[in-house]
Amino acid sequence: MTVEDVKDVLGARVICGEEHLKREAHTACGADMMSDVLAFVKDQCVLLTGLCNTQVIRTAQMMDVVCIVFVRGKKPDQAMIDLANECEIPLLCTGHRMFSACGMLYESGLRGGASY
Amino acid sequence: MTGKIHLNYVIPGDDFTRAGEASGEVKKKLKQMGVSPEAVRKVAISMYEGEINMVIHANGGTIDVDISTTDITIVLKDNGPGIKDVALAMQAGYSTAPDKVRALGFGAGMGLPNMKKYSDNLIIDTKLGYGTTVTIVVKIG
Repeated sequence: MTVEDVKDVLGARVICGEEHLKREAHTACGADMMSDVLAFVKDQCVLLTGLCNTQVIRTAQMMDVVCIVFVRGKKPDQAMIDLANECEIPLLCTGHRMFSACGMLYESGLRGGASY
Repeated sequence: MTGKIHLNYVIPGDDFTRAGEASGEVKKKLKQMGVSPEAVRKVAISMYEGEINMVIHANGGTIDVDISTTDITIVLKDNGPGIKDVALAMQAGYSTAPDKVRALGFGAGMGLPNMKKYSDNLIIDTKLGYGTTVTIVVKIG
């Protein structure tokens, strides 16, 4: 699944990183705790989160996250957008809640990125 | 690559939004140098966890990074309160972080376990009331 597919499935809005929509995503992870993302996420993962601060972008940078989807209509501020652009991480926004957004992506074939 | 490369960062303790800048820079540098993606990932995650811990618990500190042909050594030094029980702090899920830190997405008690998981050698030297020095070694190749 590409980032563009993720966008279409969720009816999401692209905040930045339009040029990276052809990137392949292999897994997805829904989390508001960045500590858990750092512990469990694998490569080429879509990160869905309701947390909205610069550390979400930093965490995604460290984990080579393919794109970030902000759920529940959360909107990143300009500092987050600037950092995401610098790190070449596309940001998407959807009005869906976390559970629904994860379910929609799962139903479309994307699986969890956790390793235990 | 010939010889050692040394990098030094001063981590401010009062600005959570800037936490991770040093780790981001080191990650970029290692990628530019052609270090293996696995080693880059291990350094990025373990250093970032250390940097975040430094801001959350110790009001900042310094980070020294030495890159050689065989390994990358990261030394994180702070003058914070020290760690009371290192064995307990190493347990996944144990955290002394306040609620305000959890609201920012950290403090799940995964910091030190993650640093151990993503390093080839982790040394914690701590003294209550004086501070903590964490040394992380990641082998290259």
